[in-house]
Amino acid sequence: MLSAGVRIGVPLLLLIAWWYGSSSGRIPPDVLAAPSSVLGALRELIATGQLTDYLLASAHRAGLGVLVGAGIGLLLGVAAGISALGEELVDPTMQMMRAVPFLALVPLFISWFGVGETFKIVLIAVSAAIPMYTYTYLGVRNVDRKVVEAARGFGLRGHRLALGVIIPSALPNILMAMRICLSVSLTGLIAAEQIGATEGIGYLVTLAQQYFRIDYMVLCILIYAGLGLIFDGAIRLVERLAMPWRRHVVAR
Amino acid sequence: MTEPTIGEQHADDDLAVQISGLHKAFGAKTVLSGVDLEIRRGEFFALLGPSGTGKTTLLRILAGLEVPDAGTVLAARRRTTVYQEPRLIPARKVLANVTLGLPAAARDPGRRALAEVGLDGYGGAWPATLSGGEAQRVALARALVRDPEVLLLDEPFAALDALTRLQMQELVAELCERHRPAVVLVTHDVDEAVRLADRVAVLREGTLAVDQTIDLPHPRDRNSPSFVDHRRLFLSHLGVVPAASH
Repeated sequence: MLSAGVRIGVPLLLLIAWWYGSSSGRIPPDVLAAPSSVLGALRELIATGQLTDYLLASAHRAGLGVLVGAGIGLLLGVAAGISALGEELVDPTMQMMRAVPFLALVPLFISWFGVGETFKIVLIAVSAAIPMYTYTYLGVRNVDRKVVEAARGFGLRGHRLALGVIIPSALPNILMAMRICLSVSLTGLIAAEQIGATEGIGYLVTLAQQYFRIDYMVLCILIYAGLGLIFDGAIRLVERLAMPWRRHVVAR
Repeated sequence: MTEPTIGEQHADDDLAVQISGLHKAFGAKTVLSGVDLEIRRGEFFALLGPSGTGKTTLLRILAGLEVPDAGTVLAARRRTTVYQEPRLIPARKVLANVTLGLPAAARDPGRRALAEVGLDGYGGAWPATLSGGEAQRVALARALVRDPEVLLLDEPFAALDALTRLQMQELVAELCERHRPAVVLVTHDVDEAVRLADRVAVLREGTLAVDQTIDLPHPRDRNSPSFVDHRRLFLSHLGVVPAASH
């Protein structure tokens, strides 16, 4: 209970400072919109149904992109982590890809895919695949070789070894990779929705910038912060459900 | 050097392990140079040697984890290993670890094996909740449930505290007495070898320097004159000269 209080303490303090600063006139509205006008913008968006539409459109793009990208990153990471051949085939290319900021791919992807949905999903997929690969590969590499050797000795091979021993043992890293994937995909989303989009929370950022609506800009930031909280909570929940053996770990 | 021969010992053969002319080198370092060894079914064989002499390599060759450079290795088909570390999969419950790689029908034998090592009812526990001694007993149950003809023990007590080690040695002696597998115990603890084994050998410079049957009744008193004699013999072969006893 104490920990929960401490956890929300700092955000709460920031909120109070913002509220007080705006209502007392210490923060001019062209620097930071007042909480009341941000709430007004939120009400407006809810009333017109745009918020739901935008969130759904973005969720669809991000979900599909992360699913494809993280799936590919997971497969490649496991392949490179388990087998020497897989490592030699995959790892040098992925390490090179890692050095390329994915935003640099935007012009190329537009010339290949146009500015439609494909471009957006591919961009998010690429942005998600790289961290997924990197952390999965590391996680699989760090699985205790001795345990794997013993499991091989007890007759586990191929997919039974991968699914029964290696992936569960690498799961902490894989879930951390998932957490990073989700936050990177938000960046990908903003980049993708700045071009050729008519809905989505990235589009909302562009709109706010175009019409210089500070209340919308602040609202977007709060939406992103909220999404970050939700992703974090979701991954924590998955960690609890998918790794029940960790709940019982006692420090010795 | 001739190609190594690796094969299966006939089920009706009196020998569980038959090794001859075994050679193994890692790079320029020769660890086994012409080892000959026969172990009868049901015999408890202990292999002593200073660290780095290749006793674990010999065991790993028997386990099928290393391939020799030359020589003949014939061994009974069902062989299983207990390592120095329990090597349990943290993501699987204890029973699933015990029956790892076995069909679902092995769950009941798995529970029985757990009961035999004194962990009745631990099947649903996670490995992370176990103490070091308990985890090693799970590893023992995992070996036991496979009904091994040859049980390979790679310093299985080395990582345990002194009291737990004694209890585990007791348990292993009792289980081997009941199930009668051929046992190969690799250890650097002379007392442990003399206490448990029917036969003790010392591996030195790649060959078996001494191979001695221990003909003492169980349980063995480590202060009895014959125990002390055996200890002194093996220690001198290990290059350690014990202080003269009074």
